Amino acid sequence: MSLIVEQNPALMEVNPPLVNSPDYHDLTNQITDITEGALSKTPKKYWITLGITASITGILGLMLVILVWNGIGMWGNNRPVGWAWDITNFVFWIGIGHAGTLISAILFLFRQKWRTSINRSAEAMTLFAVMCAGIYPLFHTGRPWRAAYWLFPIPNTDLNLWQNFRSPLIWDVFAVSTYFTVSALFWFTGLVPDLATLRDRATSKAKQVVFGALSLGWRGSARHWANYEKAYLILAAISTPLVLSVHSIVSFDFATSVIPGWHTTIFPPYFVAGAIFSGFAMVMTLLIIARWTLNLQNLITIKHLENMNKIILTTGSVVGYAYATEFFIAWYSGNTYERFTFINRAFGPYWWAYWTMVTCNVISPQFFWFKKLRRSIPVMFILSITTNIGMWFERFVIIATSLHRDFLPGSWGYFKPTWIDMATFFGTFGLFLTLFLLFARFLPMIAISEVKGVLTTEKQTFKSVATEVVTK
Amino acid sequence: MSLVKIQTANPTGKKYWRSLNDAADTPEFRDFVHREFPTHATEMLDGNSRRTVLKLMAASLGLAGLTACRRPVEHILPAQSGVEADLYAPGEPFFYTTVHSMGGHVTGLTVETHDGRPTKIEGNPDHPHSLGSATALEQATVLQMYDPDRSQKVLNGGKEAKFADFEGALKGISLGDGSGLRFLSETVTSPTLNDLRSQALKKFPKAKWAEYDPASRDLELAGTSLAFGQQLYVHPHFDQASVILALDNDFLGLDSPSPFMTKLYSKGRRVESEEDLDKMNRLYAVESQFSITGANADHRLRMTGAEVKQFAIDLAAALGAMPALNVVNNAANDKRAKFLAVLVKDLKSAGAKALVSAGPRQSASVQALAALINQSLGSTCVSYSKPVIDKSSIGVDALKALVGEMSAGQVSTLVILGGNPVYTAPADLQFGVALSKVQNSIHLGLEADETAAASKWHIPEAHYLEAWGDQATSDGTPSIQQPVIQPLFGGKTAQEVVALLLGSPASAHDITRNYYNALVAGNKEQAWRKALNDGVVAGVKTAEAVKASADAKKIAAALQAEPKPAAGIEVGFYPSSAVWDGRFANNGWMQETPDPMTKLTWGNAAMISPATAKKNRINDGDVISISKGGVKMQAAVMIQPGHADEAISIALGYGRQKVGRIGKDIGFNANLIRTADGFWFSSGFAIADTGERHLHATTQEHGAINQVIASAERQNDRPIVREATVEEYKKEPKIIEEMAEVPELQGIYPQIVYDKGYQWGMAIDLTSCTGCNACIVACTSENNIPVVGKDQVLRGREMHWLRMDRYYTGDENDPQVVEQPLPCMQCENAPCENVCPVQATAHSPEGLNDMAYNRCVGTRYCANNCPFKVRHFNFLNYHKSGKETTTIPGISTRLAEEELVGLVYNPDVTVRMRGVMEKCTYCVQRIEQARIHAKVDGRREIKEGEVKTACQQTCPADAISFGNINDPNSKVSKMKKQERNYALLAELDIRPRTTYLAKLRNPNPELTA
Repeated sequence: MSLIVEQNPALMEVNPPLVNSPDYHDLTNQITDITEGALSKTPKKYWITLGITASITGILGLMLVILVWNGIGMWGNNRPVGWAWDITNFVFWIGIGHAGTLISAILFLFRQKWRTSINRSAEAMTLFAVMCAGIYPLFHTGRPWRAAYWLFPIPNTDLNLWQNFRSPLIWDVFAVSTYFTVSALFWFTGLVPDLATLRDRATSKAKQVVFGALSLGWRGSARHWANYEKAYLILAAISTPLVLSVHSIVSFDFATSVIPGWHTTIFPPYFVAGAIFSGFAMVMTLLIIARWTLNLQNLITIKHLENMNKIILTTGSVVGYAYATEFFIAWYSGNTYERFTFINRAFGPYWWAYWTMVTCNVISPQFFWFKKLRRSIPVMFILSITTNIGMWFERFVIIATSLHRDFLPGSWGYFKPTWIDMATFFGTFGLFLTLFLLFARFLPMIAISEVKGVLTTEKQTFKSVATEVVTK
Repeated sequence: MSLVKIQTANPTGKKYWRSLNDAADTPEFRDFVHREFPTHATEMLDGNSRRTVLKLMAASLGLAGLTACRRPVEHILPAQSGVEADLYAPGEPFFYTTVHSMGGHVTGLTVETHDGRPTKIEGNPDHPHSLGSATALEQATVLQMYDPDRSQKVLNGGKEAKFADFEGALKGISLGDGSGLRFLSETVTSPTLNDLRSQALKKFPKAKWAEYDPASRDLELAGTSLAFGQQLYVHPHFDQASVILALDNDFLGLDSPSPFMTKLYSKGRRVESEEDLDKMNRLYAVESQFSITGANADHRLRMTGAEVKQFAIDLAAALGAMPALNVVNNAANDKRAKFLAVLVKDLKSAGAKALVSAGPRQSASVQALAALINQSLGSTCVSYSKPVIDKSSIGVDALKALVGEMSAGQVSTLVILGGNPVYTAPADLQFGVALSKVQNSIHLGLEADETAAASKWHIPEAHYLEAWGDQATSDGTPSIQQPVIQPLFGGKTAQEVVALLLGSPASAHDITRNYYNALVAGNKEQAWRKALNDGVVAGVKTAEAVKASADAKKIAAALQAEPKPAAGIEVGFYPSSAVWDGRFANNGWMQETPDPMTKLTWGNAAMISPATAKKNRINDGDVISISKGGVKMQAAVMIQPGHADEAISIALGYGRQKVGRIGKDIGFNANLIRTADGFWFSSGFAIADTGERHLHATTQEHGAINQVIASAERQNDRPIVREATVEEYKKEPKIIEEMAEVPELQGIYPQIVYDKGYQWGMAIDLTSCTGCNACIVACTSENNIPVVGKDQVLRGREMHWLRMDRYYTGDENDPQVVEQPLPCMQCENAPCENVCPVQATAHSPEGLNDMAYNRCVGTRYCANNCPFKVRHFNFLNYHKSGKETTTIPGISTRLAEEELVGLVYNPDVTVRMRGVMEKCTYCVQRIEQARIHAKVDGRREIKEGEVKTACQQTCPADAISFGNINDPNSKVSKMKKQERNYALLAELDIRPRTTYLAKLRNPNPELTA
């Protein structure tokens, strides 16, 4: 753990000290109390909420059974709109999954210490979001019982089939599975010292065994710390390009096609910015709730939230700029089909989706220019939700409105979702929240060891010691 | 099974199962025969046991040796085996000639059978009125034959009976001199039935026989009767004419339910060389409803049905054929005046090569006027012949007289031979009420329909593919109606019923054979076999051309005597392109075939012009009531650009009540407002909005008129259908190519060069294509394309591999229309191929974009990346048996397939499961078959013309060329060499193998200026 604290006041501003900073012991207690409390003492509200989200997950399961039993016709997809809510939801969830790695890896490399309060839950959220996303590529296929293994380069005797490595869908398979694997490793590596803390505090045999096994023999020795730091740094370095690559590759699904509105070189950066935008918004939504329900105001401060809002404002503006660029290029290219696609987006049958997207993604983040609004919990809570609504619509607009009217007016159509489309999407929220609730209850949702590195008490202690050393 | 042994022991196949019956009279065999051909239809009644029977049948048909049992008892002769040979090879498809008749139009057909079951219908190239093509409806009759909802049992007062009961009951009826006996048949085109009719009328001198069809050629005969004093059939020779006027005549579509007129017309439109450009005919059309003839016309003038008559009068007067009548002030209508003036000039200059053709929905006087105009022009493009069949009592008048007698109680026995008059008769005649007054009503019909329910006796009719018979064309060329399968449900033919009434029961085979044996001289067996082989009976006297002179005075007098049309909206009727007069209502293929102009499936609509809709404040999809006097109906409005103002057109054949499961509750019954006086159109109707809304299941634009217009506007700046006038093209042939800018394109992968062996390619000539839909049904039949139902069409999931895109250009009130058939383009740089993660679609060395169904996992990425959207995904199991394929609320497919219907499948084409993508394959099974044949023959090469795709084979306009583009002498290569050849979306560097030849129109410069 990086224990060197910079003296630069500017950096102190970026890495805000925790207010009412607890000392090491208090901090450990505060976080582990949530994990270690007896099940019977867990508030009823928690179980009720978990019950609801688990039921919603059940709906997801039921919808998938209906889907596989009857076929993709249960959804509203048609010709020409072969992909609609399925891939929209896939990109939506993958996008949300971007914040975790960004916060953990990139901010770590940039020494943005304020990340320590939020990185654990953001990483967990990443994993759960990727799990939700992963449902769609599999279940959107007509024959998922084949797609489940034919899409992977494993030998199969059915048809001696080899994959088509020219297909962006194959790239997707690799991009998403790599991302999930690395994110999971990164998350787990970060968890090891905290798992050891839980092991040390465990009172029951079962907990001792489970946490003992999970903490991989961690003793907190200097050598452990040295190795751990290196491993964490390496994983951060591996993860960093992934943050950029996964969504770039997802965007290739569209960018490498011939369809106007999809066939665009701007997609990779535009998708990555959008993903960070939506990911931060989702982290924000969850943290505001967690902070409030679990009394973590001292660890997740307004300053943390404000920093995140700045990133939301930045990426939101990047996304807005991308929208404008797309329109400019459509006009500038002189391509009839391209021009029509963009006019059709804004003024065609799906105008409402387009303007919902613009309102939520471009206009609403601009409120964060004002410090007062940036630091207002209700404002940021509402804006974090509208951002995700807007980002969902962005994917819908790109996917469905480009497909529904492409080259030949004779093949134009219109997509309407069925109730099964809606229930499936609703169900993925159930899965996401269930996993998150389980995580929040049973694992330390704040990185204890990392936060200790930024405790004000520690800083002051260190500062005074340092001053003493200097004066002596 | 012993049967198999006997079958194989008898490889010559000279004797079929009747002798086997003697040879293998074992208990198992008797049991098998019993199950196979249930003598009492009781089992058929019960759903479960019927299904068992059908399953057994399906299973038995799967066994090559057993399927011979389904072949007709009598000898049938495959056309490709020659007159002498008598081969039978299991697994090989066999082709039999037969003939189909509808509404007075007769087309010779070829039926493809696989192991004894008919699977596909094509035109008979040797038949003079087919020339190798078949219409959409004719091709769909094969599905009609397998329809499990067809009538399967004799009914007595609605209760199931046996045919023997009927025979017994018949003996109990004393017919005497026939004073209480009446016959009502559909249009008779069968010489044997005509012969039996004269025998019946001789035996029962006071009996009468009326012919009635809801859409027939009655007015054509009435017209010639008025003009020439004798009933004559009109034979327009569209191939010889240079200037043609279609007077409300959709001769390319619904007014001629035979491929013949399109065949002739397209000859005058063909552009294969530079000289052809100077020879192109010019078509003028005046009409109310926007028909495909109007869409193909070089000039079209819209007017109500009644105004067509005045137009014909003015034209005749301007040509000096007769004095002017009811002169209208042309100054008030510049467009009409100019059109008329230019037309007169053009017709005059064409002289002998001018042709005016009146549609069968126009009155006798207009028909007569057309004859008069042709006569005054000295046209040699029309000839007349006397009907070979007695036509003395036909049409609405005959039906009216019959109903009068029935209501007066003068009819004790009415024999209805085919048809469904309770549903199709004009509403004011109240045929159903009159029928209840007939003591012994006997109905022979394919369906247990409205008429069957109102009749005392109902006898299932044998489908034409399962019964012997004959039909003669209007010029008297007879053909044998050769069955290819035993009657599935034991039906009877009209001939058999009449013979039974005559007291001399005979089989349809014997009736037909005896009749022709008496006609032909020489070796009768040889002649019979030749007739079966050729599909035309040679050596029989056909109708001679008649030279007659039209009487202008008589026509003028008749015109003056006709009443003036009443004020108010005119309602016109036309037979549906999908269900005709309702007889195809239970045919899934047809219900799902989009109307060529409206793209409407699964229903009809009240077509109305944009201006009239605006005036009456009606929107697309509004349900309106249409009423006049005592008649009233409700129908949903569809706004049709180019429709005449102040008029509504509505297709017949929908809203059937007693019909199978497919046709139930589909569309609106226009017969409710069809009257004897306003049989085809009548004015004075009032319309009112009911406030209800209806969803039209269209395959383009999804019904909304603003989208139709929007897509029309978009088409204008996209070089998708390219059009030019002959003049423009002659002046600058590059004009077509230059409509799209194709920059120099370079791919990142090395370009694959396809220059070895066969390289399959297609060229579709938009100049020839009329948009008649024959190709769509041919493709459906050949490639086992499923029917998905209205709900799925509304969701945009129709499966037609070949679709027909319709584009409007110009003003919404007076647009032009171009039809564009769109199969897979088989791109050399196919965008679908590189995106498939599992390589389920890949390129063959012969340039085909192949689909491996069993590899496909159904990501639908290929369909998304297809710029033409010609890939179709099996969203649900559309081939599943049973009533509904899903039980999820809100989502359904209507009656995908029954087990029986599964027998119509082409065994050479995989039936696709749900979850996989499918698309046009260029009929790869036909290519492979040709390859096998070439190999078996010891040849190395497939000959030019040996492979014909299903769409190409049936195209009545010969608009599709297909073949090896590597061979510079092939037809397709030559077509592609024309400068009007263009590749759709070539700017994407996809290199499509299917290319289009631009549409050339031949407008009159005086009208375009």
